[in-house]
Amino acid sequence: MNNDKVVKVALIGNPNTGKTSLFNQLTGLKQKVGNYPGITVEKKQGFCKLNDTVKAEIIDLPGTYSINPTSLDETLVLDTLLNENNDTFPDVIVVVVDIENIKRNLLLFTQLKDLKIPTILVINMIDQMKRKGININVPVLAQKLNAKVVLASARKNLGVEELKSVILKYKELDTTPVSNISVKIDEGYFANLKKAFPEFPLYKSWLLITQNQEFDFLTENQKKLVAKFRKDIECIKRYQHKETIFRYKVINDILKDSFDVDKSKATDLRGILDRILIHKIFGYIIFTLILLFIFQGIFNWASYPMDVIDGAFANLSSWTKVVMPPGTFTNLIAEGIIPGIGGIIIFIPQIAILFTFISILEETGYMSRVVFLMDKIMRRFGMSGKSIIPLISGTACAIPAIMASRNISSWKERLITILVVPFTTCSARLPVYAILIALIIPNQRVFGILNLQGLTMMAMYLIGFAAAIASSMLLHNVLKVKSKSFFVIEMPNYKVPSIKNIFYEVVEKTKAFIFGAGKIILALSIVLWFLASNGPSTFKNAEKTIKAQTENTAISQQEFQKQVASYKLEHSYIGYMGKTIEPVIEPMGYDWKIGIALISSFAAREVFVGALATIYNVESDDDNNSTIKERMTAEVNPKTGESRFNFPTGISLLLFYAFAMQCVGTLAIVKRETNSWKWPILQVVGMGILAYISAAAAYLIFS
Amino acid sequence: MFNTIANLQIGEKAFIEKLCLDNIPLKLLEMGCLPGIEVQLIQRAPMHDPLYIKVNGSHLAIRKETAEKITVVK
Repeated sequence: MNNDKVVKVALIGNPNTGKTSLFNQLTGLKQKVGNYPGITVEKKQGFCKLNDTVKAEIIDLPGTYSINPTSLDETLVLDTLLNENNDTFPDVIVVVVDIENIKRNLLLFTQLKDLKIPTILVINMIDQMKRKGININVPVLAQKLNAKVVLASARKNLGVEELKSVILKYKELDTTPVSNISVKIDEGYFANLKKAFPEFPLYKSWLLITQNQEFDFLTENQKKLVAKFRKDIECIKRYQHKETIFRYKVINDILKDSFDVDKSKATDLRGILDRILIHKIFGYIIFTLILLFIFQGIFNWASYPMDVIDGAFANLSSWTKVVMPPGTFTNLIAEGIIPGIGGIIIFIPQIAILFTFISILEETGYMSRVVFLMDKIMRRFGMSGKSIIPLISGTACAIPAIMASRNISSWKERLITILVVPFTTCSARLPVYAILIALIIPNQRVFGILNLQGLTMMAMYLIGFAAAIASSMLLHNVLKVKSKSFFVIEMPNYKVPSIKNIFYEVVEKTKAFIFGAGKIILALSIVLWFLASNGPSTFKNAEKTIKAQTENTAISQQEFQKQVASYKLEHSYIGYMGKTIEPVIEPMGYDWKIGIALISSFAAREVFVGALATIYNVESDDDNNSTIKERMTAEVNPKTGESRFNFPTGISLLLFYAFAMQCVGTLAIVKRETNSWKWPILQVVGMGILAYISAAAAYLIFS
Repeated sequence: MFNTIANLQIGEKAFIEKLCLDNIPLKLLEMGCLPGIEVQLIQRAPMHDPLYIKVNGSHLAIRKETAEKITVVK
C-alpha cells in the first residue's frame, strides 16, 4: 500500500473562486494544516484517491490574482512553483476559475501555463451558467489554451470525478505556453534572458528577475545574473506593464471565440444589497448590529456548554482521586493534567462560535464590504480597512488574528495592526474577567433589563478596543517606517455560504487552537502543579515544623492538615517565586499567591484561574468541595482583615489583564510575522508598563 | 483639469486613458484596470473614500489617492 504512487497537485486560483470548496470535495476530512491556519493563509494539504493504486496529494495554495505577489501569503505561491527541489513542487497545477470572472481569472492561468508545468483549467460554478446567460465552447477554449478544461461545480459536486481522471493522466498534458511574451515585448531582451538561464523555462527566468526577493535555491552564479538583470528596474517595470496588457489581449482574443454572455439575463442582486450594506448610515448600523449579535452569541450560547464542561472536569478530577490509589501519580493526574485539559476544552464553544460567524461573513462576501466601509476610518489610526478582520478575529485569539493581517500589503499598516491586536479581548481573558467580575460586581439589574455584570464585561471589551485604537494612533505618529501603501480589493459577488465549507473551516481552526495553544496550557498546568507540590528542605519538613509549632495547643486533625498544606505552599518552589515578586506587585494590591498566578499567566492568561485553583486546591484539605469562587471570596488579606479579592484589587486585576502582554504564543507569532525580536519586545515592555501603571493607579484610587 | 476616476459621477462611465506604473501598482493592471478599458464608478464609501468601481468585468475598491492617478476620457 505504501508504495502507491502519489501525484502532487497544486490547487491555485483567485480568491472567491470556490477553490476551498473544491479542495474540500477532493479531500474531505483528510486534510492537514501546518501551524495556525487562516482562511487563505497557510499551506493546506490533503489526500485524495484517484484510482485503486494512485493517490493525489492536493496542496491548497493561498488565493491570488497573479503570480506576482503583493502580500506574504501570495509569495507562497511563487515560492512553491519556482523551486523544483521543494517537496511541495507540483507534478500538475489545477487552476480554479470562477465562470463569472473568467477574463480576469485567466490572467493567472496564462502566467502559470507559461511555466511549462502541466496545467489543468477548472471552470467552477457552472451551475450559475444558465441563470447568468453564459455560454462556453469548451473544445475551442481548450484548443486555444493548449490545455484540458474541466467544467465543475464544487458545491454541487459536479465535474470532480472528471477532474480526477484528468489529473491521473497528467503526463499527457500539453505544456506549450499560451502566449509568447518575448516576441511582443522585446525580443532582444528576452533572447539575452534565455541565454543567461538556458536551464529554465523563459517565463521562470523572467519571474526570477522581476521579483523583489532573494531565491535561496539559485546557485551563486545564477544569483549574480539575477542581480545584473534587476539593475534596470525601470525597464523591468515597463515590461511588466506591457506583459499584462498583452496577456489581456490574448485572453480577449481567446474568449471572443469561446465565451458569450447574454447580458439581459443579469440580475442586480449585488446592486440592491450594496445600496443597503454600504450605505453611509445603514451600513454602519448593520455592521454594529452584526457585531453585537456575534458577541451575544459568544457569551450566551457558549455559557451552557462551558458550564457542562467545567462541571464534568471537576467531577472527573474528584472521581480520579477516589478510584486511584493515593500518591504523587494520582495527584499529578487529578490536580495537574485533568484541570489542565479542562482548561483547554472549555474554550472550544467560544472559539467555534466565533469562527463560525467569521467564516459566514467571509463566505457571503460581506467582509469585503466591511473593509470598504471602514478603510477611511481605520486609516486615521494608521491601519487599513483590512485591519478590521484581524481586530475582530482577535476577540477569539490573537494568534490567528495576527496571521490574518498578512493580506495587508502596506508594511506600516500591517505592523501597526499586528502590534495592537493583542489589546483586543481574546477568549483567554474571558475566564479571568468572568471570575473577577463575579467576585467584585454585584449581580443586579440596572434599568430593569441590563445586567450589571454583563455591562462590566462589555466595558472590558470596549477598554480593549480603546487601548488598541489609542495605541495605533500613537504608533501611527511615532513609527517612522517607510512603506508605499496601496489598496486594491475585490468586491466579490454575494453568495449563500456553504455549510460544508464553514464546518471544515471551524473544525480546522478549533483543532489548530487546541493542538497549538492547548499544548502550552497543558504543559504549564503540569509544571505549575510540580512547582507547587515540591520545594526545598523547609517544604519537606512541613509536618515536623507545624507539629512543633502546635505542640502545646489542641487542634483538630483537620486544622492540622490545613496548616501543613498552607505552610507547604508557602515554602514550595512557586511559593518562593511568588514571595520574590511580592514587593513589586504590592502597589497593585496583590499578594504572593496572586503573584504566582501572574507568573504562570505570563505564558498564557487563561492559566490565571487554573493557577489560583491549583494554589487554593493544594492548600485546602481534600474533601472540601467548594468552588474556586467560594475559595477566592474566603481569602483574607491579613493586613486589612478584608477579603483579598475586594473591589480595588479586583479592578486592578481586571485592568492588568486587559493591558498586559501575557501570551507566549502571540509573542512567537509576532516574532515570526515581523521577522524580528524588536516588535514582540516592544509589545511586552509597552503593554507591561501600561498595565502596571493603570492597575496601580486603580488600586490607589479605589482603596 | 484632467478627468480621473476620482471625479466621475456615481454611475458614470469613462475610458481609462493612461496609468503610470510608477504610482500605480502592477496589481491594479492585473486586476483589469488597463488603458482603453471602460470603467464605471459604482459607489463612494462614506467620507468619499475608497471608491467602488467596475472595470473589465471586475468589481474593485480602490483608494481615492490611487483613483486620482488614473486619467480617463468620457
